[in-house]
Amino acid sequence: MPLSRITVPWTPKPQPPYGPIASGVAALAKLIYRISGPILSRTAGLIMLAAVGATVLLVWACRLLFDYVDGLMAAPGIELPAGQAAGGALGIAQLVEALEVRSQAGWLAYVLHPFQFSLTRDLIGVVAILGFVSLVAVFAIWWERKVAARIQSRPGPMRVGLWHGWAQSPADGLKLLTKEDLIPADADHILFRLAPYFAFVPAVTAYIALPFATYYVVRDLDVGLLFILALLGVEVLSTIMAGWASNNKWGVYGAMREACQMVSYEIPMGMTLLLPIMCVGTLRLTTVGDVQDGGWFTWLAFKNPFMFIGVWTYFIASLASCKRAPFDLPEAESELVAGFHTEYSGYRWCLFFFAEYAAMFVVCALATILFLGGWHSPLPAGWAPQGAGIGARLVRGLFFSGPIWFTLKCVFLLYVHLWLRWTLPRIRIDQVLYACVQVMLPLAMLTLLGNTVWLLFDHAEYPAFQAVSRVVSFIMGLVGLFLAGGFIVIMAYGWLNRWRLVGTQAQKLLPGS
Amino acid sequence: MFKQQVCFWWPLLSLLLIAAPLRGQQVSADADQAAPGAPAVEVSQPVAGPQAPVPAGAAQRTSLHDVLFYLFGGIAVLSALGVVFSGNIVRTAVWLFGALASVAVLFFLLLANLLGAIQLIVYVGGVLVLIVFGVMLTSKSPSMRFQPKPAEVIGGCAVCLVLLIGLTAVLLQTDWSAGAVAQEGVFSVAAFGEALLTDYLLPFEVASVLLLATMVGAAYLARPEK
Repeated sequence: MPLSRITVPWTPKPQPPYGPIASGVAALAKLIYRISGPILSRTAGLIMLAAVGATVLLVWACRLLFDYVDGLMAAPGIELPAGQAAGGALGIAQLVEALEVRSQAGWLAYVLHPFQFSLTRDLIGVVAILGFVSLVAVFAIWWERKVAARIQSRPGPMRVGLWHGWAQSPADGLKLLTKEDLIPADADHILFRLAPYFAFVPAVTAYIALPFATYYVVRDLDVGLLFILALLGVEVLSTIMAGWASNNKWGVYGAMREACQMVSYEIPMGMTLLLPIMCVGTLRLTTVGDVQDGGWFTWLAFKNPFMFIGVWTYFIASLASCKRAPFDLPEAESELVAGFHTEYSGYRWCLFFFAEYAAMFVVCALATILFLGGWHSPLPAGWAPQGAGIGARLVRGLFFSGPIWFTLKCVFLLYVHLWLRWTLPRIRIDQVLYACVQVMLPLAMLTLLGNTVWLLFDHAEYPAFQAVSRVVSFIMGLVGLFLAGGFIVIMAYGWLNRWRLVGTQAQKLLPGS
Repeated sequence: MFKQQVCFWWPLLSLLLIAAPLRGQQVSADADQAAPGAPAVEVSQPVAGPQAPVPAGAAQRTSLHDVLFYLFGGIAVLSALGVVFSGNIVRTAVWLFGALASVAVLFFLLLANLLGAIQLIVYVGGVLVLIVFGVMLTSKSPSMRFQPKPAEVIGGCAVCLVLLIGLTAVLLQTDWSAGAVAQEGVFSVAAFGEALLTDYLLPFEVASVLLLATMVGAAYLARPEK
């Protein structure tokens, strides 16, 4: 039945008449959807793969461009005027000359000139970070819904975008952008508007100091780890502000739980992060990552038993610091409606979610860099082909070290976050605090102490202990290999038995059916 | 809708504003070729010192730094005034955040990365959250307003006057000709840690005893009633 024929007991509001342009745009959108829908449904997977490949190539192209410009600036090959030091920015005319020395076209100078300045590079880096965070959030939300659905024996989103509901998150984002902007009348308006930015900006700012590989970092800070920890700590303020400013009891309860939880779990988290720092002796994240380039057995997680315990402690504490289940008390939907963001809707609510997924990726990235080999593959770097040719660089980037490996490891840890959320029930606030103060904190202190003593004796002056330490480290590596292999075996078993694991609806829609 | 689209540019702008003061190691051109085969850095030898060459566009950067310095200095002063003159207790905390965070950015601008990060962790992530938490738990209503008595105002003014005199004396005695901007590596983590454990060991240990006493006190207060 058309909407106009439905009779309602109240006087309907007159609909604004749509002009010719709006109707035309709507008709055009419909037409595009009708034509592209069937094509997209068949090729969406391929398109997504191609987009990922194109992004990787774009990042690599940026890297090569920056390298080339750096080379030009460091050794221009032309006479510089007396006052100008080598290594500084060159003028257009000088660039043209330098390019001609290298027998390149002169007009390239106009393209290359802006890339000499750090401001241009910062702009590119910041835009890349924002794009990456948006992509991670959009992808992770869709993925979370699919993982939840599989765990609960149902297909999950299947319709929007036609191929396994891949367009569900962008469609949700569009809906949130166009939603009515609601602020409760008795809320503290300024703080209510400010709170989502206090969540989003620190979480995204942490990416400035987060290396994706040795040279893929906007600012390689000497206190990188501290900087990221500081920004993750600022985020708790946004939750308190949001909960308090909404003038809602559920909001305040959520905020208080969050404050409790964050303040207590920061301590074991910080203590565990000290372990790899003690082993390497610097807070610079690129150095910590590059120490572990000797393959699987040199990853810091397998250095000694205390580091191996530290990985697990850190991971649990990081779950708590991201408000993820089983520690998602601040937004416990069964008790507090939605906790601190009960009153939020539209774009502001969207920002909270972006911040949550951005922070999740950051804590996973810290675990990857500090414990799990950073951007290095399990193969030792010594096996990598040497040389500066494109082929050798490609092989090194794909199989030995690079942002691809880093992102893959982080995405795996992100998956563990999702997996735990849909497997474990939420625990009570007193259990949360008990687990922190009476279990995690003593454990973190013990590992800190044990690691200190171990490092003291793991030294050239004590060859016997050093030999024992090597053997123990090798055994730890084997345990890690066993765990990873077990995960793969169980995954394969689940894949082979997927028909038995899911309901009839999902069976029809599973890949391969 | 339009307003919300404008909103989206705020994160971008704030990111740029925060990235600009930070200074890290410069990316070098031939780094990739050396990376895979390069030997691992020796254990417990922190990377420090002025390794990076003069950054590109140094002159242009300096003027940008001046602008940012005055911008964040202004924000710090304005937020401090907000702390003093705001009546609402939670708004006061947010003003305090503005003051503390812009001081952290000033530290970053002066190349004291360690101090900036510590400022953020200790004051913003720790002290400020505890203050807000305490206020929310203890006050009868979160919308409680400050109504200081005249005696309290006089006492506060007296403390501030003493502080002002002390700070002015220090400011006048400092030799500013050495240059306001420190060299890279002066504030390195290694130098800081070494100073704490050699020249300034006594204050460091006294502070840790104080913290231990606080922890014992907290544990005593939180013990189960028997």
